[in-house]
Amino acid sequence: MPDALPTAAESRLDSAIRQLKFRDPETARKLAGTIARVTKEIGRSPVSVMHVCGSHEQAIAKFGLRATFPKDLNVIMGPGCPVCITDMPEVDEGVALARQGLLIASYGDMLKVRGTVQSLNDAQADGADVAVVYSASQAVELARSTDREVVFFATGFETTAVATAAVIRSNPPKNFSVLSAHKYIPPVMEIVAEMPENRVEGFLAAGHAATITGWGIFEAFAEKHRLPVVVAGFEPLDILAGLARLVELVRDREPAVVNMFPRCVTKEGNRRAQEELWSVFRPVGGRWRGIAHVPNGNLRLRDEWAHLDARRRFPIDLASLWDYAPSALTADCICGDIMSGIASPSNCKLFGKECVPDTPVGACMVSSEGTCKIWHQYGGHPDLGAL
Amino acid sequence: MCLGVPGKVISVDGPFAVVDFFGVRRQVSLDIVDEPVGPGDYILNHVGFAIRRIPEEDIGGTLALYEGLLREAGADDLMAADVRGEIAGTKVGNA
Repeated sequence: MPDALPTAAESRLDSAIRQLKFRDPETARKLAGTIARVTKEIGRSPVSVMHVCGSHEQAIAKFGLRATFPKDLNVIMGPGCPVCITDMPEVDEGVALARQGLLIASYGDMLKVRGTVQSLNDAQADGADVAVVYSASQAVELARSTDREVVFFATGFETTAVATAAVIRSNPPKNFSVLSAHKYIPPVMEIVAEMPENRVEGFLAAGHAATITGWGIFEAFAEKHRLPVVVAGFEPLDILAGLARLVELVRDREPAVVNMFPRCVTKEGNRRAQEELWSVFRPVGGRWRGIAHVPNGNLRLRDEWAHLDARRRFPIDLASLWDYAPSALTADCICGDIMSGIASPSNCKLFGKECVPDTPVGACMVSSEGTCKIWHQYGGHPDLGAL
Repeated sequence: MCLGVPGKVISVDGPFAVVDFFGVRRQVSLDIVDEPVGPGDYILNHVGFAIRRIPEEDIGGTLALYEGLLREAGADDLMAADVRGEIAGTKVGNA
């Protein structure tokens, strides 16, 4: 039987199927067989592929998929957690504005992420006003309900940046402004692809971010870096199918872009959303936490929206933060290496000890999309036999 | 913030729609959706904005993940928590 698995992997998969409720066990078995066979045909070890999406990591960890991968296949999470890659100086700007008496609104997880010295939660404990919002629209409503200046600390990738763009274009009240820490995924893939330490041989692109950009955007990337890209959905079977196609492309040295998530992703993407995005934002170079300076990786407001740009409307007193000492543990945090795909949470001496979800040291332990929090919850390499 | 949530459009009022997410009704902005939507259509919602009208033939496959997730996941499940958060956080509709 050509798709036969090695016995150990087969029993792990059977165990996964029994315990983790695959809806279609036969398809799962076949896909896992293809992944094992093709990885073996590649003949190198390890074969490393990267995904760039917190929801992919949640599904991989939740369904125990790593236990079904062959030992020679390394599936790593790259910079796919929007909370995690927000850089410390960007958090510092939000913290400083909050301490200056402005009302800062942001997505929930952002409150727990530390800048160089403090998080927004810390600032709140010191008396600053910080509000959790679920959407950019809620931040606008908050501004409508008060006379105070409301600054929306806007984070996330293109999927959330389009929402920020839409509210900026919808004539928000005068006391509303945006501190943009939005990031754009395609440029960081260029950086990670060139990092010699991780030797990524292919990318699994995130399904819902590609809903906005379209899969066509990855064609130039695949050609330039000679790396295949597969767009995949979030079901266990979507991920297995995406990985099976990806290792085939690696084996065949074919730097193609394949869309395995056509029910959400088209080649052109959502053109209307792209027009809104680029009419409000311009791409500029900037740092991603722990990773690198990413040319064109940060989204900042265009000049015509300067009146809504918190950076241009208010002096930001960063010096006021210098009186505070950074946490001594921060120096030992390896979030950056984890997001670059060079290390995994189990390589971190703080993981599960000083750094846990209730008292996170690094950003990767804060967000539900952070690698460390996901591994802490589900285990990164589950031993299904022991379940 | 990576995972959108599908829902069924109940009614449309200008740039907003009332959308049913697995029994919970919420108001969603149509400012950036890729195609016109009407009652009965399914959309993919992300932080209060419809980012895609889901083609009819793809609805079953799209809903399956979420139905399984919301039915089977425990309270501490991160993926289900993100989905529930998206639904709970979307503006309450007036339908």
